[in-house]
Amino acid sequence: MKNDLKDLSNPEKCHGAVSIANQDIGSLKPMLKSMLLIRKAEQHLALGRKNGLIGGPVHLGVGQEAIAVGISQNLKSTDYIFGAHRSHSHLLALNPDFYRLFAEVLGKETGFSKGMGGSMHLYDQQNGFYGSVPIVAGTVALALGAAIAAKLQETDHIGLAYIGDGAVEEGVVHESFNLAKIQDAPMLFVIENNLFASHMNISLRQPSDMISRFAVANDIPYKLVDGNDVVAIAKASKELIDDIRSGKGPALIELVTYRWYGHVDWRDDVDVGVERSLDDIENWRKRDPIKRLSKAMIDAEMWSQNQEVDLNNELEESMKSAWDKAMSDPYPSSDATLKYVYAESKNDS
Amino acid sequence: MTVKKHNYGTAILAAFEYLLEKYPEVFVIGQGLWSPWYVGNSMTDLDKKFGIKRIIDTPVSESACTGAAVGASLAGMKPIVVHPRMDFMLYAIDPIVNQAAKWSHMFGGQAHPGATIRCIINRGGEQGAQHSQALHAWFAHVPGLRVVMPSTVSDARDLLIASVLCKDPVMYIDDRWLYEQEDDLSPVVELDLLSQRPMITQDGSDITIVSSGHTSLLAREAAKQLDSKNISAEVIDIRILNPLDADVIINSVKKTRRFLVIDSGWLSGGFSAEIIAKVLEKLPVDSLLIPPVRMALPDAPAPTSRVLEKDYYISTNDIVKRATDLF
Repeated sequence: MKNDLKDLSNPEKCHGAVSIANQDIGSLKPMLKSMLLIRKAEQHLALGRKNGLIGGPVHLGVGQEAIAVGISQNLKSTDYIFGAHRSHSHLLALNPDFYRLFAEVLGKETGFSKGMGGSMHLYDQQNGFYGSVPIVAGTVALALGAAIAAKLQETDHIGLAYIGDGAVEEGVVHESFNLAKIQDAPMLFVIENNLFASHMNISLRQPSDMISRFAVANDIPYKLVDGNDVVAIAKASKELIDDIRSGKGPALIELVTYRWYGHVDWRDDVDVGVERSLDDIENWRKRDPIKRLSKAMIDAEMWSQNQEVDLNNELEESMKSAWDKAMSDPYPSSDATLKYVYAESKNDS
Repeated sequence: MTVKKHNYGTAILAAFEYLLEKYPEVFVIGQGLWSPWYVGNSMTDLDKKFGIKRIIDTPVSESACTGAAVGASLAGMKPIVVHPRMDFMLYAIDPIVNQAAKWSHMFGGQAHPGATIRCIINRGGEQGAQHSQALHAWFAHVPGLRVVMPSTVSDARDLLIASVLCKDPVMYIDDRWLYEQEDDLSPVVELDLLSQRPMITQDGSDITIVSSGHTSLLAREAAKQLDSKNISAEVIDIRILNPLDADVIINSVKKTRRFLVIDSGWLSGGFSAEIIAKVLEKLPVDSLLIPPVRMALPDAPAPTSRVLEKDYYISTNDIVKRATDLF
C-alpha cells in the first residue's frame, strides 16, 4: 500500500496541541464541551454493554469525536444529515440529548427512534439528522437524493453522508460520487478514515490509504485534514460547506483518525484486529482530540484544569441521572412491531 | 364526460403527465429518460414537456439512483425511479429492501420514504435470461413495500398515480406484453392505494382464476373462450400483491369450488403458492371439488431460442386447456 497520508496516519505524529490562532473561547468551549459529552456518553454505553445492561451491539467512536463536532459547527437543522453504524457522535454533535440516546440504545420508547432502532438506527429530523443505518454505505445515495431534492426545491440546504474508509469499498459510493458531480448536487461527503474496516487495516484492503484520491477521480473539490483537530475540521468544512451552499456542487472532506475501541463494544480488539496493536492504540491516544484542544486552550490561558474538572463532573452527574431515567423508562408497546411497517394500515383508511 | 382512446403505454404516460402537472414535488429519475425508447410509448417527451431538471436521465448507476429517489422522498419530494428492465434493478436491492422498506419501522414511524419504484417486466423477443424476470414475489415477501401490478389500461394510469401519492415506498411493476391493450379512459379520479383490493374482472360460477399483471390479460382472454365451452370462470386480478387482502379471492373460491392460479413468475417459491395458501388456510378442508392448480413458468431461466421461448411462456390456449381439463 502507498502511504499517501504520511504523517496523518503515523500514530507517532500529531500529538501536540492544536492551533487555535484567531479563535476565542466562545467558539472553542462549545466544541470542547461537545466532544467531552460525546466521549462520556459513549463510555457510559461501553460500560452498559460490558455490564450486560445493553442487549445489542454498540459501535463506539471514542477517539473520533472531533469529526462530527467540527463538521456540525457549520450545519443547520434544515440540512439532510445521514449516518452509519458508528453514529452516536454524528447525532450528539447536532443534539446533545444523551438521555434520548441512552433510552434508544436501551430499547425504550422515549428514545430517538421510539425504541425501534437501538444504537444502529438513529433518527432526529428536527435537528437535521435524517437517519443512520448499519448497512455499510447504505445511506450515501440517500443523502445524495436529499441533496438533489434541496436543489430541486431551490433551497441552500445540503445533503451530508458520513462514510468510513471501509464503506468506500462499496460500489454505490462511487456511483454516488459520480452522480453527485454530474448533478451538481449540494452534497458533502465526509470521509472518516480511521484506517480500519471492522478488524482489518486499510493497508490490506486498498492500494493507497488516502481516500481523497476518489474525489480527484470525480473532479470533486476536497480537503484532507487531521481528523483529531477539531479547529482545523471546523475551518476546512466551513469553506467547503459555504461553497456547496452557494451552488458550487459537491465536495469531499477526508478526516484521518483512529478508534480506541474495537469495531464493536468495549474491547480494544487487538486480538482479532489485523495490523492493530496496543502500541498503536497507545500512540493514537496521544493524538486525543479532546486533550489537544484543551491543552491549547489552557496554554492560551482561556481555560483551566479546574474548569475542565468542573465540566467533567457536571456532565458525569447529568449522565448518571439520564441513564437511571432511561433505565426506568417503558419499552415500546406490544403493537409496535406491526404498527410502524407502513405509514398507515388499511384499518385506518 | 370526455372519453379518450388509450392503450396501456399511453395510460402510463397520462399518469406521469397528470402527476408532473399537478404536483411540483414529483420528479422522475432513471436511465434512458431523455430517449425513452426502452419504455415503449409510456414516457415519450416528458423531458421536453417538464424539463430535464425534473426528468433526470442518469449514469448507469441503478443503486445510487434508486437510493437517491429514496433519499429525496425523505426530503419532501415524490420521486419516481424508473428501471426499464426489472433485471437491471437488482443492483438496487439495498435501497429498496434494506432502506426504503425498513425506514418507517426502524425509526418508529417518524419518517416514510414515499418513493415509487417503477420497473418493467420485459419478456420475449429472444432476449433471454437477463431481460425477462418477473420477480414480484420477491418484493411481495418484504414487509414495508407495497407491490402493485396493473393489468388493465385504467389501472396502468390510476394505480401509478395512487402509488406516487402513497406515503409508503411502492413497487409499481408493469409488463411490456400489456402495452398494446386498448381501452377508453375517463377523467382521472385519484385513488387511495390503501383501499385498493383484488378485483373481479369477470363474474363466474364454475371456477376461480386468479392472476396478476400479464397473466391477468391471458386469464381474461381464456375466460371468454371457456364461456363458449359452457365453463363459467370467475376471473380475479390481484392488482395489489402486498399487503395482500385475499378476502375477495376466498369468497370466490367458496362459491366456485375450483381454483386455478396463474403467475408470470416461476413456480417454486412463487406468488401462486402464496395465493393458494392464503385462501386454503381460511377454508374448511372439503371446500374444493378438486385440488387447487397452479400455472407458472418452469423452474428455469428464460431461454433465448424462439422455439424454447414459445414453450416457456404461458399462452391463453394453455390456460383454456388446463381449465377445461378440470371438468
